Amino acid sequence: MTETIIAILGISLLLYVLLGGADFGAGIIEIAAGRKGMGTVSKAIAPVWEANHIWIILAVVILFNGFPLAYTVMSTYLHIPLLLALIGIIIRGTAFSFRYYDISGGNVHNYYSWFFRISSILTPFFLGIILGAIILGDIPSSTNGTFYDIFMRPWLNFFSLSTGVFLTLLFGWIASVYLIGEAEDNTFPLFSRISVSFLIAIVLSGGLVFMAAEIKGIGIFRKFLDSPLSIACVVMATVMIPLLLKNISKRNILNTRLLAGAITGCILVGWFAVQFPVLIFRADGNHLTVWNSQAPPATMYYLMIALVFGVFIILPAFAYLFRVFKFSKNSSKKM
Amino acid sequence: MDVLLAARYQMAVSFIFHIVFACIGMAMPWLMFIAEYKWIKTGNEAYITLAKAWSRGVAIFFAVGAVSGTVLSFELGLLWPKFMEHAGPIIGMPFSWEGTAFFLEAIALGIFLYGWNRVNKWVHLVSGLVVGIAGVFSGIIVVSANAWMNSPSGFDWVNGQAINIDPLKAMFNKAWFQQALHMTIAAFASTCFAVAGIHALLYIRHRDREIHAKAHRIALTIGAVAAILQPISGDISAKNVAKYQPAKLAAMESLFKTSKPAPMIIGGIPDTATQEVKHAIRIPKLLSFLAHGNFDAEVTGLDKFDKSEWPPVPIVHFAFQIMVLMGMIMALTGALHMLFLIKWKENSNKNWWLKWVAWVTPAGFIAVEAGWIVTEVGRQPWIIYGIMKTSESVTPMPGIQYSFYLVTFIYLCLSFMVFWLMKRQINSLHAETQYVKQND
Repeated sequence: MTETIIAILGISLLLYVLLGGADFGAGIIEIAAGRKGMGTVSKAIAPVWEANHIWIILAVVILFNGFPLAYTVMSTYLHIPLLLALIGIIIRGTAFSFRYYDISGGNVHNYYSWFFRISSILTPFFLGIILGAIILGDIPSSTNGTFYDIFMRPWLNFFSLSTGVFLTLLFGWIASVYLIGEAEDNTFPLFSRISVSFLIAIVLSGGLVFMAAEIKGIGIFRKFLDSPLSIACVVMATVMIPLLLKNISKRNILNTRLLAGAITGCILVGWFAVQFPVLIFRADGNHLTVWNSQAPPATMYYLMIALVFGVFIILPAFAYLFRVFKFSKNSSKKM
Repeated sequence: MDVLLAARYQMAVSFIFHIVFACIGMAMPWLMFIAEYKWIKTGNEAYITLAKAWSRGVAIFFAVGAVSGTVLSFELGLLWPKFMEHAGPIIGMPFSWEGTAFFLEAIALGIFLYGWNRVNKWVHLVSGLVVGIAGVFSGIIVVSANAWMNSPSGFDWVNGQAINIDPLKAMFNKAWFQQALHMTIAAFASTCFAVAGIHALLYIRHRDREIHAKAHRIALTIGAVAAILQPISGDISAKNVAKYQPAKLAAMESLFKTSKPAPMIIGGIPDTATQEVKHAIRIPKLLSFLAHGNFDAEVTGLDKFDKSEWPPVPIVHFAFQIMVLMGMIMALTGALHMLFLIKWKENSNKNWWLKWVAWVTPAGFIAVEAGWIVTEVGRQPWIIYGIMKTSESVTPMPGIQYSFYLVTFIYLCLSFMVFWLMKRQINSLHAETQYVKQND
């Protein structure tokens, strides 16, 4: 029961990173691509971003229903980065739909675009910081202490900042791969160039995360080496990179997307293997795990039924949405 | 400002903002669906123009509603962590269903908004229907979670811990049906009256435009049905509140002393210090009848509760009066519209009538906001009625006033933007169709 729920939580996080990440990343890419890339970005994410965004709502619901203590601890001690990520979510979503739906004309579209782009960085960066904070384990178990020690230090540190940078670049890279497939002939070279630069940047920032972990003394690298699954993930991801580059240059869109998805999957599974069964590492060693923070069995039972049932409804509907907009013959036609 | 007050204000601002978009998200897809259906049936181009114009509005409203709803799902934890720790396992289940409904809604909306030229017209029409059904379903489910806070069930509270949790019982608590019914009807009434009012105003200004006449008629007819049904659902709700949340009912009515029979107190200024209501109209025995169906029944007053357990009486009382007043205006307007559909048909195109409908535009949303103030402020000082106080559940983080200022600022800007965008949409609708007209 708990395993099924955790699996669905993992899947929704993966899908959020892949799909929601592509949408947030699109805003980041727009900064790199400038005016030339704007049309592609708008067209690519307009029909799907709202559906993609819901994966994070599902993850939150699973957390507060199934693992209430983890949700409570996160929202108490990581209040500030969560609030900032949320503000990014509000501004990004509204600025994008204003830009898409508002009648053209006037300076205001420029403002929409800049709000859209900057908030597209804000959310993944703070989500990455939150992720770093729950891995790092500086989260206290009580609110006795100074404001800084309790509500800032757990997330405002070198390691969390490095995971923030990593996640932002990862989102940007996923978007760039996605946009390669959406690009017209004249923008294709631009997006593939951006994609390669982002790939290099992620590898570098991934190194930064490990380095920060070593400095902080949490030894993620050793934990990685101890876990066969993590090592397998790293090896697989590394092998796939040259394949990906080859497929980009051949402009094989489906393969490119699948490979990028698989690499992202490897990163998440690799992290998962190190993290599981802990949800939140705490400073006093009293970590919150899947087992000690889960809700009573009756709750888990109904949650599982709702999720399994939901997955059977959602996934076909999702597939249909993507078939209509992303894989149909006229998907590159102007809407 | 202390943390509790700031957190309550922030929650209030977030709800006041979100509920407007939630209502529109529940009701507006049905209007688009009807317009498109009429186009398929009649072939009249005005209907498809209308469906497309409405869908552009819905796209903006839905986006704002989706993100402000996301904010709420996090704010529950950010502001009320102790509440969520206990309530999550009990009442989280409806939210997991809501997740599914929300997915379907977003997916179907994507197809509806962007698929005009990509899917066959019947698939397109059905996608509109799916948006409508999923929207209403998620509304009902979320309201049932709120109803649980008013009427908690499905667990035993022992030494500050919930045991023997039964999520189904919690979801189908004693208030869920009344609240869900009242809110669903309210969503239709408020949205349809607002749409009808805007189109009535536009019809006065652009008499040559058939589209506004049609839009006004579709919206007002549905709104009228909802507004006429609403008093019945209100009565069911009031009886439920009288039975299970007597303190709230007493605050709504400013009934300081338990009375048998109890008068209905209309208007007036309640004074909690002297426990009197000044300048009010009193109708003898009516409250006894409305609360318990018997003119001589006893109605519990605030004197049966310790003063520390009183909700803020004036706020609840005023909000309730405003809600009822707006509801009555809408029900009367709806009844007149129905009359004009059957008899005296010429009136529905008269300027005076269109002007009146235009004046009633905000009434439904005012009623919705007031009604939620009654529900939420009326439950205070409890966050889970009779179980957990709002003050016990608030976040330990100091400085919440700054996040309150920030959130308020963002929502004010967004409200302003949405108004401005709608104005631009409407203006462009005229520019666009006038252009088409010249080309014909």
